Amino acid sequence: MTLADTEIAPPEPPRYVMFWRRYKRNRAALLGLFLFALVVLMALTAGIIDPGDPLRRAGEPLTPPFMNWDTPLGTDQLGRDVLSGVFYGARISLLIGVVATLVAIVIGVVIGALAGYFGGWVDDVLMRITEAFQTIPNFVLLLTLVAIMGSKIEWITIAIGIVSWTAPARMVRAEFMSLRHREFVDAARNLGVSNTSIIFREILPNAMPPIVVYASVIMALSILMESALAFLALGDPNYASWGNMIGQGRAVLRSAPYCAVIPGIAIILTVLSFSLLGEGLNDALNPRQKK
Amino acid sequence: MTLHMPPILTYALRRLVQAIPVVILIMIGTFLLLKLAPGDTVDALVGDMGGADAAFIARLRAEYGLDQPIWVQLWRYMVKLASFDFGWSFVYEQPVATVLMDRVGTTLMLMAASLSIAFTAGIVLGAIAARRAYSATDNLISILGLVFYATPSFFLSLMLMLVFSVKLGWLPVGGIKTIAAFYTGWDHVWDVVRHLIMPTTALSLIYLAFYLRLMRASVMEVADLDYVRTARAKGAREGRLMTHHIMRNALLPVVTLLGLQFSTVLGGSIVVETIFTLPGLGQLAYQSVVQRDMNTLMGIIFLCAIIVVVVNFLTDLLYARLDSRIELA
Repeated sequence: MTLADTEIAPPEPPRYVMFWRRYKRNRAALLGLFLFALVVLMALTAGIIDPGDPLRRAGEPLTPPFMNWDTPLGTDQLGRDVLSGVFYGARISLLIGVVATLVAIVIGVVIGALAGYFGGWVDDVLMRITEAFQTIPNFVLLLTLVAIMGSKIEWITIAIGIVSWTAPARMVRAEFMSLRHREFVDAARNLGVSNTSIIFREILPNAMPPIVVYASVIMALSILMESALAFLALGDPNYASWGNMIGQGRAVLRSAPYCAVIPGIAIILTVLSFSLLGEGLNDALNPRQKK
Repeated sequence: MTLHMPPILTYALRRLVQAIPVVILIMIGTFLLLKLAPGDTVDALVGDMGGADAAFIARLRAEYGLDQPIWVQLWRYMVKLASFDFGWSFVYEQPVATVLMDRVGTTLMLMAASLSIAFTAGIVLGAIAARRAYSATDNLISILGLVFYATPSFFLSLMLMLVFSVKLGWLPVGGIKTIAAFYTGWDHVWDVVRHLIMPTTALSLIYLAFYLRLMRASVMEVADLDYVRTARAKGAREGRLMTHHIMRNALLPVVTLLGLQFSTVLGGSIVVETIFTLPGLGQLAYQSVVQRDMNTLMGIIFLCAIIVVVVNFLTDLLYARLDSRIELA
């Protein structure tokens, strides 16, 4: 017994350990994780590090960065603190990014799962609807929805989700089509498991990895869309947003370019962190894909 | 009937027929959006006149068919859309179709320029990166791609403006041509090109990043295939291998993406045209949202959708030409 025991391979480490081992192999992904943690930290500490409304007047208008310790990154033409705007902007960007992505994934999963699982006319109808949505330029549709329903932040978030679900729907559909005739699905069906249970408890968990990876792309695109809306002054005026800061900074581009440059760098680093994070997730969740 | 047609024609015809339900769905969609929007044509008309009594409003509603059941309204709307009649723009005091036709040329020019630059540069850089995978060149190209991808076009536009118009004074800050210069011939062409350089750059870099990444992955995949190894074993030079053996197959996914992304690029032109005050559909879309000009907005959506359907149809045909594995008949 003692001899046999030594020949048994050590138990595989828990899944999250494996996940982390695969993830950290990619150096760029580690950088992405670091940037992401930084943005999350900014979003969480927005009220603590820099208390007070980011839209308030904090100092002399157009104080350049590093001139006054009360406003380390300077102030804009209305005297609003740029650093405070960057912190609160991180909160809004992340919030909109996460919720819009959830909305898009939920719609995409439901439509893609139904189309891929049932096939036939259900698939035909749902795919034509998906194509119609893909055909309409999504930013034009987003503007239209905002024009109809107004610029409240809740509505903007949902609208971004509504214009972003087509790609995940197609991915889920493709996964379901390849999984629905596998043996484990047949087995479940023969045991009398209902369609709903097969879809959500048997197939969906197996179809999720590529969707999780793609979620990072949707998140990045959502943040870009929100900032573009805010840049065009169509965002919610009651919240500090990076896009809106850049839009306002445009007026003083000649004399005080930092007003637009600082929030611009914030957007670039945030979107970059999502891209790198997505690559790391891909390495960790679909290890076979890469040689 | 199909017997006497060349297979590519049958294929084209089938793709066209498949596009019909999509176009019908878009018509229904724009109708629903129009119904969702607060106020209708008569409200706009009455607002334009500065108010009217109830009996007159009722008569107007009847005249515009707004008292009809919703199905009848939908049907009439679809018939009008099919003949490219988008109604009247109360902002421009012109038929929407006329307003759109004035603008569509600028947008198509901007998009054609942006996409061809993004596509060409993307596949060349992607192929170089793939052939020198994991080298310093590849890393540099890949980092550039990531940064391009993360830079919002409106921010890039402002930075280009700051450098090339404000600091260096090389390029005009907006518009499509120099006002009151009355250039003719080549001077006019050069003038328009100078006005389009910054908007084109701002719009194309993010798509350049897409194509670059996809092309790199695609070339690396194709280069590993047996037929490429066979060609190399038979003594084909690396350069010839790239141009004659790898390129054609590696391009397939990139061409697909080109068709799929056309609608996204149309959306991106909103921001860029607004910043550079280019009189195109994008700028018009933004102004229509601000001025709540729903008829014009719906006209833009429908026209964009038709453009996208046509472009997708053309890319499908191109794809069928490139990929001999596709069953045409």
